[in-house]
Amino acid sequence: MPSIARNLEEALAPITDGCLLAIPRESTGAAMAATRALIRRGVRRLSVVVLPTSSLQADLLIGAGCVEALETSAVSLGEFGPAPRFTAAILGGTIGMKDASCPALHAAFQAAEKGVPFMPLRGLIGTDVLKHRPDWKLADNPFGDNDPIVLLPAIKPDVALFHAPMADRNGNVWIGRQRELVTMAHASAKTVVTVEKIVDEDLLADRTLAAGTLPGFYVETVAVAERGAWPLPLPEHYAWDAEHLKEYATLAATEDGFKKYLDQYVYERRAA
Amino acid sequence: MNFRDEELLISVVADLIGDVRHVAVGNASPIPAAAALLARARGNGRPYVSLLGSARHTFWTDGGRELFDCAGQGRIDVFFLSGGEIDGEGNINLVSVGDYDKPAARFPGSFGSSYLYFVVPKVILFRTEHSKRTLVPKVSFISAPGASEPNVERTGGPIALITNRCLFRFDAERRRFVLQSVHPGHTLAEVIVNTGFEFDRPPDVPETPAPSADMLRLLRQAVAPELAEVYPQFAAKVFGLGKSA
Repeated sequence: MPSIARNLEEALAPITDGCLLAIPRESTGAAMAATRALIRRGVRRLSVVVLPTSSLQADLLIGAGCVEALETSAVSLGEFGPAPRFTAAILGGTIGMKDASCPALHAAFQAAEKGVPFMPLRGLIGTDVLKHRPDWKLADNPFGDNDPIVLLPAIKPDVALFHAPMADRNGNVWIGRQRELVTMAHASAKTVVTVEKIVDEDLLADRTLAAGTLPGFYVETVAVAERGAWPLPLPEHYAWDAEHLKEYATLAATEDGFKKYLDQYVYERRAA
Repeated sequence: MNFRDEELLISVVADLIGDVRHVAVGNASPIPAAAALLARARGNGRPYVSLLGSARHTFWTDGGRELFDCAGQGRIDVFFLSGGEIDGEGNINLVSVGDYDKPAARFPGSFGSSYLYFVVPKVILFRTEHSKRTLVPKVSFISAPGASEPNVERTGGPIALITNRCLFRFDAERRRFVLQSVHPGHTLAEVIVNTGFEFDRPPDVPETPAPSADMLRLLRQAVAPELAEVYPQFAAKVFGLGKSA
């Protein structure tokens, strides 16, 4: 039975130093209030795996020194420019990087949810992405004839963390169309979710809502964090805070500026 | 009829798309998105257009993987890719410049290119900055190769490269770009000087045809308002739309 945590900090207890943490792309619901709480707690040596690309969330965690290793197919602030702390960390060699491909991450999470050791994927052959991934294997399609194909090992995170519109008192979480959050939860040993609100009705009892619901069976802890994706969007609820992201891009361009950002928006708990 | 540079690029890309069933466009790509919507307006609803990052302009209900699953089955006919570097063999680099382990510059990452380049039949390379910095003799890092060995399963690849100066076609057999046309206001000499790779060209290189009056009308009247929902800043700049707060 998932626990409905009294506060954010309590809900984040499963995310321990050194764990393999899965986070989603920003357009599906990034748990940003939780991310700020993790930075305040001083979490360290995280291995972060992104399904499949990140923006502010990965950049913040990297800049704040929480990340030891990162696997993703891209980190960028999109129209607000490059992700400055990610870029600095790669150029400075301060984090371990596994460059991936979006469909490879989707497939490797699917392997984990099926409980199989690997998933094959087309493409990749002849890329330097494959060349720098000794953990990806080139095999011959056993059903074909001289048909090389890449095998990707299953990704089994310790904890998945995301933000969603609502949960019920049984810890069932409504994710709507953002189905990759279900894959992420299935693949991970534990799932921690922040939500805009807790509702009284049973989400699985409503046929329309049930199809877009992650059963509490997969969920470890839930906490309410209103506007918990801010300054990133929550689909169909709120959009990017463009002004804030512009400010971040400007401040985070330098290490000093980034510290100012942390002081103002992370440590001071001014965030919405 | 007068037109803006962006409108020329949109019309060229719409022609490259041709008559297909499904065009998908990545994030932060207003010109390819406008071209896909223009192709659909011209085709009376064909092709399907999927604009990534827009809930309204994607039909997907199975999460981020559905795009890649669609593509793997051949259900996406046209996609757009770019590169921090693009070389003369159609290799693209979205990762880093210099030695991978000690890079001189870092880009965001390969996104889905290492896969989509293999499985989408018509990949259109789109890079407005046409310089020796972007169009290089050889990329530092291959995010996705322009061509593959014969035994590698591959149903897709580049068909063209469009820049702010010109349009190249990709000759898959010879693994080389062929200069197809130079945009109005630009010259062949300028293209040669600013391209870091060798390419083929006919004895007389034509000028990229201007968009027709009908196409411009359709673009400005039907496509621009749709585009403004997804790319408000671009639509305001190019079409003077959606400026209201």
